[in-house]
Amino acid sequence: MEEKRPYWNPYLAGLVLGLVLLASFVLTGRGLGASGTFKHLAAAGLHAASPTYAEENPNVARFFADPTRSSLDDWIVWLSVGTAAGGALAVFTARRFKVETVMGPRADRRYRWVLAVAGGAMAGFAAQLARGCTSGQALTGGAQLALGSWAFMFSVFAGAYGLAWFLRKQWI
Amino acid sequence: MEGPLSVVLKFSHPVEMMISVVVGMGFGFALERGGFGRADNLVAVFYGRDFRVLRVMFSAIVTAMIGLYFLDVAGILPLSSIGIMDTFLGAQIAGGLLLGAGFVVGGYCPGTSIVAGVSGKIDALLFMGGIVLGSGAYTLSAETMAPLADSGAKGKVLLHEWLHLPSGVAVLAVALLAVGAFVLAGRVEAWVRVRAGLAATGAIAVPAHAAAEKERSLA
Repeated sequence: MEEKRPYWNPYLAGLVLGLVLLASFVLTGRGLGASGTFKHLAAAGLHAASPTYAEENPNVARFFADPTRSSLDDWIVWLSVGTAAGGALAVFTARRFKVETVMGPRADRRYRWVLAVAGGAMAGFAAQLARGCTSGQALTGGAQLALGSWAFMFSVFAGAYGLAWFLRKQWI
Repeated sequence: MEGPLSVVLKFSHPVEMMISVVVGMGFGFALERGGFGRADNLVAVFYGRDFRVLRVMFSAIVTAMIGLYFLDVAGILPLSSIGIMDTFLGAQIAGGLLLGAGFVVGGYCPGTSIVAGVSGKIDALLFMGGIVLGSGAYTLSAETMAPLADSGAKGKVLLHEWLHLPSGVAVLAVALLAVGAFVLAGRVEAWVRVRAGLAATGAIAVPAHAAAEKERSLA
């Protein structure tokens, strides 16, 4: 088997990521993001179950304002399509693709799966409350020096460090 | 030109969506090559073992911040012409705390879970399913959450406006803060390494018996 390609130096990876973010600002005036796509997916599910409810819910009504266009035909969804494609391109060219469950040496796999869903649900709820996630708020707003985005970023680290001790068996 | 290209050149909707796909590809590629396609690489930052997350994030923010600063000063891309993030202090602090908690519980954040999902990580696919559930739960409870979501609303406030500083000073201060964080991160890593009794050269590798156990559990 051929060797895996090593990860980039973290500062180089940061430089490239920063240039992608800057290019996004120059090209479209928007930053990066991801959680918005999941909000769109959940909203599309709700709409399929009850069109009237989704069209009248103030949180997602605007997604369905234009009946000529799919609610999923939005820049953030396309950005995530690209994120998946770019990630796949990178992982395959680095020969790093592997079907597995990532967890610490002492973790139980089934419990890890439960926590993965739970953590995702927490993150999905939180990203809607904060109007963005690590990419949409911390990266995008951080580079703009937006006050609330910096408050968000420090809060993310505080929340994670605050809970890390209780989850040490999952990871270390 | 003045302002984003999509506005100056009046891109059509399909063109703008295609640009979003290309930008997303760069985003996903950089995240994967940065090592963000596995939960253990990400959460290592919360145990002081590997500050890769902090190094990548802060150098990305500083790079884009410096670029934005000069494009603004040169009048090419005035900050007022791009989508500045609104400040809702209460919502962003509460949401940040919960998102951080979800990060260490589940191992990812939304963007990194996409990249890990296409890297074959089952836990990341489950995390993505969880995000849809959490997102849907928020939409269903949006009216209840509205008071918290709108708390601390300040509009578009930038750090230097809030601190009453010239923007250049804030840019320089953030860049220096990042360099300071990088130095501190290196010291913490070294300290944790010694304290955890890991081999100095093996750096962040897990001890042999733990690695063997992990291999078994994966098989």
